[in-house]
Amino acid sequence: MVYVIRRLLQAVFLALVMSFLVFTGIFAVGNPVDILISPEATQAERVLLIAQLGLDRPFHEQYLIFLGNVLQGDFGNSFVYNRPALGLILERMPATLELAFAAIMIAVVLGIPLGVYAGLRPGTLGSQTVMAGSILGFSVPNFWQAIMLIMVFSVMLGWFPVSGRGEVGEFLGIRSSLFTLNGLQHIALPAINLAIGHLALVIRLARSGTREVQSQDFIRFARAKGLTEPRIVIVHLLRNILIPIVTLVGMSFGGLIAFAVVTESIFAWPGMGKLIIDSIRQLDRPVVVAYLIVIVVIFIILNLLVDLLYSLIDPRIRLDGAKQ
Amino acid sequence: MTDATTNPATLAPERPVWRIMRDFRKNPLAMVGLAMLLVIVTAALLAPWITPQDPYDLRSLSIMDSRLAPGEVGFSGISFWLGTDGQGRDMFSAILYGLRISLMVGVIACTTAMILGLTLGLVAAYFGGRIDTLVMRLVDLHLSFPPILVALILLAVLGRGLENIIFALIIVQWATFARMARATALSERGREYVEAAQSLGLSRSRILFGHLLPNCLPPLMVLYTVEIASAIALEATLSFLGVGLPATQPSLGLLISNGFQFVMSGQYWISVFPGVALLLLIVAINLVGDRLRDVLNPRNIT
Repeated sequence: MVYVIRRLLQAVFLALVMSFLVFTGIFAVGNPVDILISPEATQAERVLLIAQLGLDRPFHEQYLIFLGNVLQGDFGNSFVYNRPALGLILERMPATLELAFAAIMIAVVLGIPLGVYAGLRPGTLGSQTVMAGSILGFSVPNFWQAIMLIMVFSVMLGWFPVSGRGEVGEFLGIRSSLFTLNGLQHIALPAINLAIGHLALVIRLARSGTREVQSQDFIRFARAKGLTEPRIVIVHLLRNILIPIVTLVGMSFGGLIAFAVVTESIFAWPGMGKLIIDSIRQLDRPVVVAYLIVIVVIFIILNLLVDLLYSLIDPRIRLDGAKQ
Repeated sequence: MTDATTNPATLAPERPVWRIMRDFRKNPLAMVGLAMLLVIVTAALLAPWITPQDPYDLRSLSIMDSRLAPGEVGFSGISFWLGTDGQGRDMFSAILYGLRISLMVGVIACTTAMILGLTLGLVAAYFGGRIDTLVMRLVDLHLSFPPILVALILLAVLGRGLENIIFALIIVQWATFARMARATALSERGREYVEAAQSLGLSRSRILFGHLLPNCLPPLMVLYTVEIASAIALEATLSFLGVGLPATQPSLGLLISNGFQFVMSGQYWISVFPGVALLLLIVAINLVGDRLRDVLNPRNIT
């Protein structure tokens, strides 16, 4: 329990530090007055507005006001949409989460069988193709993969739409494009694009796990007992290689959300990632600040969860942490 | 013996280098990678002299040549092996000029990040205690965020620009180097030569940089190679998204980005060929890096 509280306090401290860094960075970069006030304004009007916006106060006061507003969920209004910045981001979040979820499903559902196959039959042509493919998956820059996917499957073959989210269906109260055919067509390419890097990783983990487990006594015993090969693989082998893969999937969820920035921009997927890139380009500062704080908080929570799960699974980690 | 330990630079001159080169050559795939890398780097360095046109000299461009398919002969009589872009720019020339920028950004950022990370890692490992805890906490914190996110945060705050993206890449990468340098230095610290240097009464900085540093270099060289590839890929990604380099510094990422709009209308070459160049560069660096890892680690020699 002490450990949990310690970690929670660390997380809160980290969030504070990050908010300070982001605020200082934005503060140092430029004067928002130039964007907000029309160039025709007189000097008196300028001074009045600056005082109204609180920009004449010292740095630490401005920061405290900012922090107070942030704690109440107020990041100011977007310059472009003229709506609360936080609302804009939360509105886009489901689309991003949906994309990340679809990508993880693809990586796991395709990656584990391919990796196990490559591990069981090393040296065969199929296995070498899988491994070469996974190396390529690591090397090819994500955004270029996306362009190639669009070029081949949308422009040349015309199988999938080029961009957008498509129809959104509702199932058990959850709204998602995974529930309509049109939505599935739209999500296919972006999800594959986001999945490829992780697919390669899952393949490698499944392969090395399979090779390691395969030579252990309980597998040899199962073989000696005369169990069928599918039963050995599914019941005995799979269960023992899953732990590292599940860990990886859990830990990489945050990375997927971050990388969705690239995928979303290319496929015009209306998620948080596209919003942040558009906002950076349009100098929409409140949205940028709100996104940065939101994503940092998401990451701190994810890291905290992973650490807590670890300490549940492996008590030694907790002991090490307490010693320092 | 004393001579050799006090100055590792003179330790068995040339011979380790020859061994490394000999071992390196045993792997044909790595040699292909090295050859590719040499060709790409040479072509990029010689770009102003070997390209058919200066792609950013507007006088040499003709709008009549715009969006020609690969292999077509242009209005002015040049044949465009890789086609032209929307402004009639020869893609081959643009790619070579783009490679120069991509390579330059990657190498400068990665080298600075390595020097910074190496220094911090060595200092942390050698002095231990509070300094070590502080540096490593910072490293752990840093590595718990994905690189693209860190770079995006920095560029969102700083804005586009050559210096800004180099700075962002340095910030993204130093922690990886620091962790590796510390781990290596920790295992080297207990060796006899460090003890010998200490008992000779050498200054701390001399032991650190004169003795510990050279012995930590091999694994770091491998990391350096691989990280250059990832720096180049990250820069291309950020430039593609429009938050990296400005339009006046057309790296490969920007070229791909400019060509993206034409992909929809089937003019694939404007986007595809810069991408192929980027891919070849990254694969070549990774092949060389992989082999270096095997060669520099005596336990891995097969």
